[in-house]
Amino acid sequence: MNHDATPSNTRSHDWKVHGYVAEYGDVDSLIHACEKVRDAGYTKWDAHSPFPVHGIDDAMGIKPTILPWIVLGGGLTGLLTAFVLQWWTNAIDYPFLISGKPMMSIPAWIPVCFELTVLLSAISAFLSVLVLNVLPALYHPLFNLERFKRATDDKFFVSIEAADPLFHETNTKSLLASTHPAALETCMEETKQAKLPIAFHYVGALATLLTFIPLALIYKARFAKSDAPRVHIVWDMDWQPKYKTQKQAKFTGFADHRTMRQQIPGTVAWGDDPDASPLTTGKDAAGNWINNFPLQVDAQLMARGEERFGIYCAPCHGLDGAGTGTVARRAEQLLAANKAQGWTRPASLVGTLEDARLRRDTPNGELFNTITNGKNTMQGYGGQITPKDRWAIVLYVRALQRAKFLPDADVPPELKDKLAGK
Amino acid sequence: MTSSTTTQNVLEQPPLVQGGLDFAGVTQTVVGVVESKETPKIWFALFGVSVILLLMLLGMIGHLIWTGVGVWGNNVPVAWGWPIVNFVFWVGIGHAGTLISAILFLFRQGWRTGINRFAEAMTIFAVICAGLFPGIHIGRVWLAYWLFPIPNQMAMWPQFRSPLLWDVFAVSTYFTVSAMFWYLGLVPDLATIRDRATTPIRKLIYGLLALGWRGSARQWHRYERAYLILAALSTPLVLSVHSVVSFDFAVSQIPGWHTTIFPPYFVAGAIFSGFAMVVTLAVPARALFNMKNLITDRHLESMNKVILATGMMVGYAYSIEFFIAWYSGNALERFTFINRAFGWYAWAYWIMVSCNVLAPQVFWFKKMRTNIPVMMVVAILVNVGMWFERFVIVITSLSRDYLPSSWGYFSPTGVDIAMFIGSFGLFFTLFLLFLRFLPMVAVAEVKNVMDQAHPSHH
Repeated sequence: MNHDATPSNTRSHDWKVHGYVAEYGDVDSLIHACEKVRDAGYTKWDAHSPFPVHGIDDAMGIKPTILPWIVLGGGLTGLLTAFVLQWWTNAIDYPFLISGKPMMSIPAWIPVCFELTVLLSAISAFLSVLVLNVLPALYHPLFNLERFKRATDDKFFVSIEAADPLFHETNTKSLLASTHPAALETCMEETKQAKLPIAFHYVGALATLLTFIPLALIYKARFAKSDAPRVHIVWDMDWQPKYKTQKQAKFTGFADHRTMRQQIPGTVAWGDDPDASPLTTGKDAAGNWINNFPLQVDAQLMARGEERFGIYCAPCHGLDGAGTGTVARRAEQLLAANKAQGWTRPASLVGTLEDARLRRDTPNGELFNTITNGKNTMQGYGGQITPKDRWAIVLYVRALQRAKFLPDADVPPELKDKLAGK
Repeated sequence: MTSSTTTQNVLEQPPLVQGGLDFAGVTQTVVGVVESKETPKIWFALFGVSVILLLMLLGMIGHLIWTGVGVWGNNVPVAWGWPIVNFVFWVGIGHAGTLISAILFLFRQGWRTGINRFAEAMTIFAVICAGLFPGIHIGRVWLAYWLFPIPNQMAMWPQFRSPLLWDVFAVSTYFTVSAMFWYLGLVPDLATIRDRATTPIRKLIYGLLALGWRGSARQWHRYERAYLILAALSTPLVLSVHSVVSFDFAVSQIPGWHTTIFPPYFVAGAIFSGFAMVVTLAVPARALFNMKNLITDRHLESMNKVILATGMMVGYAYSIEFFIAWYSGNALERFTFINRAFGWYAWAYWIMVSCNVLAPQVFWFKKMRTNIPVMMVVAILVNVGMWFERFVIVITSLSRDYLPSSWGYFSPTGVDIAMFIGSFGLFFTLFLLFLRFLPMVAVAEVKNVMDQAHPSHH
């Protein structure tokens, strides 16, 4: 029954006994043998089977593995990681308001917490199997036995290592023999492990050095200064295959190859006014400013102008048109306190005696145009005020200008007392 | 005891391993396929077709990345077209693998051992096909890393309250866990191939993959514990993955999507489609590689029962959706569901109902459940029906939502169709390689449910 399997092509002093290996043909014999070896008090021994055998843990006296506790640790780490990750990124570092939910929206974080818990648990279970089983271990002395190859097919083995304190050349062997194995062999192992070929050292050293290159590049990119623009590997939408204005292109589908098309009859271009008239432009047919009013002037229009002026113009130009509205006065205060720069004073609409241009000589049409399109830093009000109301404001401005330097004789007698403050 | 599902069952079910095979016979049946020098001619034919389709898929992906997502039929209002339909279709197929390997393991269903390896491989390849579609759907694929919380120069982070982000975590976790579970199960079988290997190449490759496994009882002890834990983790995981996929729809405000029934309804549909796919693959594979002693008629019958049960759940979900739409009193909901059944896409809706609800009803009869041609036809119909289910959900709701002025009919482009067909090329290329080069049945696990594996005095 004894077959010593010492490889014949090697010198004997390179080899030593690793242990004894007994083979069994069925599960029952294996379990019996395991119980015997267990009761004999051996510690460095093992059983081998093509599949997990039920009841062998008891038969061998294997204690429960700590693996589940490692998995628990991994799972809790995953849970904590997921929570801290979501809390830190979405509530602290880059707060995001989504549908009015609170920054710390725990219900919405549950899925990721769950997934990371499972992920880290599973990874720790997988790695624990490998680490606790000391795998990968591509070499093991048992692999020297030809017979042992059937441990993954249909045979069962018990191996007792020579490293066990109870190991004895003859006693151990007779113990195994008493379990009626189908075969009993001595497993040999080499005393010295073969040296790693020198090429592995070079490759390892080179690979280690190469790993520093990306790190060094990241370090440089992080801390060195450079005026060069960023490297764009993909240009995204910086360059687009499209037709640009004022260009010719072969494939526009039009005979003249122009990328820009002429206006199509019956359409209105942006900014065009097909109904242009003095009422909307302030100009006559020849393009000159008109100096009359293109609509009927009456007290009603004047009242409308006063009201609109108060809303749109007075904040800057002042109720009397002298350029001292509330906005202008506030700006002057800030300028004086050195809290603002670059303020352009609103023009005085009534002007001084010398300032004839604004006061009297500006045609009505030009004044209308200024309200419509703006002037200097003043924005145009064409979008907010209807043409009729703009003319009403022009009329009221004319009234303000006339009132400012009104000769005494022109003041109606019934208002003279009022003006004098009586 | 597990043996109750093999021989001592009160219902006297046939044993899970037939043909009088012993341990070595099981090894030979499975590993012999990997070792055989003669590859069946039909394998080469199928592999050739699959690789051509795969190349077409890769070409289409290149075209898409170079030109832009405009090559697809996706356009407002149907901004989620076939890519998302295909994504949900493939990820659903994957779920049966995890169900067989994890949930049936926890329920101590011995019959799972014949088909679990196979189904797990299907899971992994299906998830690869699934992950492809949202990956290229983002438009600028080179910025796909924005999906993950990686510190970047923009000082921005992903939005963790979005179901689309949950999806990223769910699907990538699912793939990782499935791959680890599958590989862990493979290790003992790879060691078997290593130990039987005769050529140096096979010794080297399978030797490396087997990690030096030597079937030690102490190794098995930790292995079994880890396997149990992975099964226990995969069970809620598989339920969560398709729930999260359904959140992509259910958390939005679109009528027809915004329903609480979606998570269980999606999970049932996923298992339904996955089992149909396992049957579709298992029937030809077991004939091709002579596995009828390990993947027996009893295995197929059990799967057909699951198909019948989950088909009924899906049918229930279809009807309850209609009921709730009416019961809610919400005019938009009512319109959406009437539109589904009688609107532009009524043809798709009725394909879905006939394939998913009506076709599996034949499985009430044992004769039909055990009839190979019948089960192949039903399984393929279910696959078709489940693709249309996702099509109906995605397309009908988007094409006619709140604003009638924004309604629009969706039509796929040639690229859409080529990519979907190409994804089968990817799947079958991987699957055929698996059938040829890896043990398609979990050898160690099958041995474990055989009578000889159980000590008589215990």
